[in-house]
Amino acid sequence: MSEFFAMDGYAAFIWPSYALTALGVIGLAVFALSERHSAKARLAREEDEASDNSANP
Amino acid sequence: MFSYLANPARFDRFARIAIPVSGWLALGLIGVGLWYALFNSPPDYQQSETIRIMYVHVPAAWLGLALYMAMGVASFVYFVWRHPVADVAAASIAPIGAVFAALCLITGALWGKPTWGAWWVWDARLTSMLIQLLLFLGYMALRGALEDEKQAAKSAAILAMAGLVNLPIVKFSVDWWASLHQGASVIRLDGPTIDPSQLTPLLLMAVGMTALAGWMVLYRMRTALIDRRASAMQLVREASV
Repeated sequence: MSEFFAMDGYAAFIWPSYALTALGVIGLAVFALSERHSAKARLAREEDEASDNSANP
Repeated sequence: MFSYLANPARFDRFARIAIPVSGWLALGLIGVGLWYALFNSPPDYQQSETIRIMYVHVPAAWLGLALYMAMGVASFVYFVWRHPVADVAAASIAPIGAVFAALCLITGALWGKPTWGAWWVWDARLTSMLIQLLLFLGYMALRGALEDEKQAAKSAAILAMAGLVNLPIVKFSVDWWASLHQGASVIRLDGPTIDPSQLTPLLLMAVGMTALAGWMVLYRMRTALIDRRASAMQLVREASV
């Protein structure tokens, strides 16, 4: 197992490559999900306002 | 297909199916791809274990270029036919393409140091790929800097189209100039020259990452369309006050 992690002496180059790729990809996914969350909240607010206005013109 | 999806309602129907399909496809392929890349493929006879960096480097490079191509084509469709969904597509792609182009350069540096003895060289392939990253960043900066949204979309589309010129330069830089970077070994006229034991993890990772990028683009596009609906309602509300 430790031989696997040592990667024939290239661990310091191989593992950061995979870690940074994971960080970039997961970061993008989290960013996309949080954007959706705030867009939905904004639309819900606007829909609320619109129904309030039509109820009491 | 472009004119079919130009209708936001039809795009929404397409995206509702394509988003879960691409998302699950990405998870499955990347899962199997990582198993091959890290456990189930041999070290290279020259590069030893550093060959495993290629399984994330090449998909990142491919996506950096493919996403730029998609952004350039979407910008062209927006610029000529003024389809709003095409502009939403281009804007949604930019940060995703920037991340993959940056990952290509970073993982390349992590491979270059043990192999070439340098993190970076001002080589034709590396320099042209850096320009591709700067084009993504420039596109995002330009969009963010211009106050008027229509003006921002139009100017950014012109920049994106002009940047398409750099794509063949990146692809053929290794043939046109004496480059330290190796030549093509997968997309060649005479077929791949890479061994099947290394082509399998590479293709799994490349197709999986492409599905993931597709998921991200479609997901962000739907978000942008929701946001535009909110903006339109806000305009109506402010006009009625």
